[in-house]
Amino acid sequence: MTEDITEAGPAAVEDDRDGGTPVPTDSVSVALDTVQGDGLAGYNYAYLDEHTKREVRRAMLKAVAIPGHQVPYASRPMPLARGWGTGGIQASLSILGPDDRFKVIDQGADESVNAANIRRLAERTAAVETTTDSTAADVIQTRHRIPEEVLTDDQILVLQVPITDPLRKIDGSDAANRRRHAHANYGKMWVHLYENVVEYGEINIAAAYPVMVAGRYLMSPSPIPRWDTEKLDDADHLSILAAGREARIYAVPPHTDVDPLAFEDREFTVERFPDQACHACGSSDTFLVEVSETAGPEADDGTDDESGTDDAAFETRYACNDTSFCAKRRETPDLPKDHHLDRSGVDWGPATPDHGDGEPRDDLDSEAGASQRGDST
Amino acid sequence: MTLLEAEGLRTVYGEGCSACLDATGPAEGTNQCPHCGSVVACAEADLSVAAGEVLGIVGESGSGKSSLAELLALEHNPDATTGGTVSYGDRPGNLLDVDYQTRHDLRTGEIALVHQHIRDGLTLDFTGGGNVAEKLLSAGWRSYADVRERVEELFAETEIPLDRMDDPTHTYSGGMQRRVQIARALATDPDLIVLDEPTTGLDVSIQARVLDTFRRVQREEGVAAIVVSHDLGVVRLLADRTLVMRHGRVVESGLTDRIMEDPHHNYTQTLINSVL
Ligand SMILES: Nc1ncnc2c1ncn2[C@@H]1O[C@H](COP(=O)(O)OP(=O)(O)OP(=O)(O)O)[C@@H](O)[C@H]1O
Ligand SMILES: [Mg+2]
Ligand SMILES: [Zn+2]
Repeated sequence: MTEDITEAGPAAVEDDRDGGTPVPTDSVSVALDTVQGDGLAGYNYAYLDEHTKREVRRAMLKAVAIPGHQVPYASRPMPLARGWGTGGIQASLSILGPDDRFKVIDQGADESVNAANIRRLAERTAAVETTTDSTAADVIQTRHRIPEEVLTDDQILVLQVPITDPLRKIDGSDAANRRRHAHANYGKMWVHLYENVVEYGEINIAAAYPVMVAGRYLMSPSPIPRWDTEKLDDADHLSILAAGREARIYAVPPHTDVDPLAFEDREFTVERFPDQACHACGSSDTFLVEVSETAGPEADDGTDDESGTDDAAFETRYACNDTSFCAKRRETPDLPKDHHLDRSGVDWGPATPDHGDGEPRDDLDSEAGASQRGDST
Repeated sequence: MTLLEAEGLRTVYGEGCSACLDATGPAEGTNQCPHCGSVVACAEADLSVAAGEVLGIVGESGSGKSSLAELLALEHNPDATTGGTVSYGDRPGNLLDVDYQTRHDLRTGEIALVHQHIRDGLTLDFTGGGNVAEKLLSAGWRSYADVRERVEELFAETEIPLDRMDDPTHTYSGGMQRRVQIARALATDPDLIVLDEPTTGLDVSIQARVLDTFRRVQREEGVAAIVVSHDLGVVRLLADRTLVMRHGRVVESGLTDRIMEDPHHNYTQTLINSVL
């Protein structure tokens, strides 16, 4: 474990800019205590200095201008270990203003320690209000999910990105991959999909499903489930995807075509949960995760779904992965996902299974097998 | 009918100077310019290939065969300064000047290259089938069933065991890897295949079988080919016409049989005598 840089105060953070020493995640609490003690004195508004925020916003503007293209930026050290959303938090802090309401979710849950830490950092340094209500937030920072409720053109979704380039699993050379992007030369990605079908009979990519953005750039939508992937297509909201460790930002502007890569005869499919409903709210049209009797919904990582189903000792139950929407559904069981809009029947991810095509549920575990295979090559 | 015509093809490694061309070549006995140290890998090369014809390029190691072959296959070489013109069919303009997209389209369509070095041509971690499929997918094929069917067809045609189709290419024998390269080159029915040293690294009996396969497929498909080899036997077996290269220049060209029986240039005579 590295030294806790926050003890030395903001000056150390400044000096450490280029070093990028990762610090333990829990040190954010220490950082926050410091902030609380001195108030905002010694910290710039929204933690980052103005130059950094301008740099990040400039990268975002460029990203919006070239949808799906990865734009480099000078990623700063944050009081969080890299890989814990340092890209997302820099993006959020660069666009938040005092009148904004901020929501943070980690795999669908507002309550996770990470989400809570990021929320508090913004609350205390940027003086923003926070909320768990997806419809009330101006900026939503998220890891691994897009909310179940339809996002609007007043909202910005900031997705945390661990691995920016979908081509990297085919070729580790970033230089070669940059050339491929420059020329929209994605033959090798298609071979990956072809070999996927050879091995599994279908394209078996559970999360971070590769998409073409505006018919030009191949993009990883971050490790969201396939369930959420189509929400990016022709959306009303702006999505900013930010990676801290890799220092890259990319974007899907409103009303941009986002097409998952697939064959004409092996189409893109989403996860299905036939005959399953959330045990808490009864929803059957939300992204469900398996929860055991003992572990709460938030403890589930969303990928472990197949184990134990035939084990009589454990009763397997499903729960909404989006906890804030689940809470609303517990109040109002049939609350539509577009309840807050003037329009209804808004296209937002998969339809309810009952109205859907009734396809068999895909195996969420498959990515483990696929990526192991990728890693060994 | 002339399919491809090339004039004044030139590849220079290094800065180059005004004396380069005069100071190199067979008469000077070197391909390296004594003034500036640049290597004139090939220069002043003119040639043409007719539809369905096989042209051989033969010469000792370092004589510039691969450099010439790369130009003809529109392979971009970032280390070199290149020049000359390549005209193709009734397309207007010089193919060496086309933009990336046009070159990409030509390379996935009309003109295929089988690289001298397997690693330049195949992704060994992909399956053999995947390597062949890549050509189709790059050309825009989007039906899995169609791709699969075409790959199977090409495996059968180039005599690669079908049951190895889904194994990683690095598990293939050298001969099978060569066949995968040929299958890949044939995938989109090109008009011209450039083969650079198709038998490098294979033992003699395997060499003969790979060449037999290529000759059969080449005739069945009626595809034109440029076959590059330092081995006269390979060129004699496959080529209708042959160019002989030395120190970066074409020293002799003509019908393969004529060159073998009645070599005009001293160097060619030595080359043939040393083999026979
Ligand atoms: N990347 C490079 N940089 C510098 N010189 C090069 C490079 N590639 C080739 N050469 C030189 O250019 C000349 C021609 O090389 P080329 O590979 O075309 O010959 P070749 O006839 O194909 O030889 P081989 O039979 O060994 O394949 C040689 O002197 C070689 O050393
Ligand atoms: Mg060579
Ligand atoms: Zn629920």
